[in-house]
Amino acid sequence: MSMKISTRQVDGVTILDCSGRITLGEGSITLRENVGQLLAKGQKKILLNLGEINYIDSSGIGELVTAFTTVRKQGGDLKLLNLTKKVHDLLQITKLYTVFDVKDDEAAAVKSFG
Amino acid sequence: MTKHKVSYTLDSTLETVENAEQTASQLATDAGFDEDEVMRIAMAVREAAVNAVLHGNCYDPQKKVTLNFEMTSDDLVITIRDQGCGLDVNKIPDPLAPDNLLKSSGRGIFLIRSFMDEVHIHPSQTGTEIKLVKHVHGSAVDGKEASS
Repeated sequence: MSMKISTRQVDGVTILDCSGRITLGEGSITLRENVGQLLAKGQKKILLNLGEINYIDSSGIGELVTAFTTVRKQGGDLKLLNLTKKVHDLLQITKLYTVFDVKDDEAAAVKSFG
Repeated sequence: MTKHKVSYTLDSTLETVENAEQTASQLATDAGFDEDEVMRIAMAVREAAVNAVLHGNCYDPQKKVTLNFEMTSDDLVITIRDQGCGLDVNKIPDPLAPDNLLKSSGRGIFLIRSFMDEVHIHPSQTGTEIKLVKHVHGSAVDGKEASS
């Protein structure tokens, strides 16, 4: 299953509901394009809901990092919501869990953007 | 003693990566590994296949990727070989180093070493061979091993 993203707005925060796989190729490109389009429209408060992401490889991890640093460089913020155990474990192994702001409650996550 | 052995020669495409991952997942399942171990094995094979296709063969249609899966009574052994210039193992960065944490790439070999019991990398001028070993009854060695 490739990656699918749907977008919604909640109190000024853009939530990307992601499902499927973030892997080298299609999945990584889909994420990159969606984040790029949001930044182009000036939407810099981004919450990535990864609750339906069942697989991510090193390229996908790299894409998350790129999205995070790109948004930060433009004065915005990107946070992660609802990590599955697999994604959580991968972020722990790669020491990225503490780099990202990881949330497990959507309302609290939206509020945290200020 | 080898119970089962299968080999593939594949093109340098992303489809090869998907095939390698799926084959590893199926063989690991058939070998009796649990779901988490199957995922780790399949991901390690996927990362090695990505390296072979992307960094080794650079998607060159003239160059092939060779995959060997061997199931013995003790181990699942997977060998992936490309026809590139040979990986310089001394130049593999530590993705956990503070300066590298926010880099967009460089985590593949690290994940492979994290997920397999033994990893042996053999670079040469005619390509790189990476041998991945998962012990059937859990890790028999203390810690991960990587040698060139």
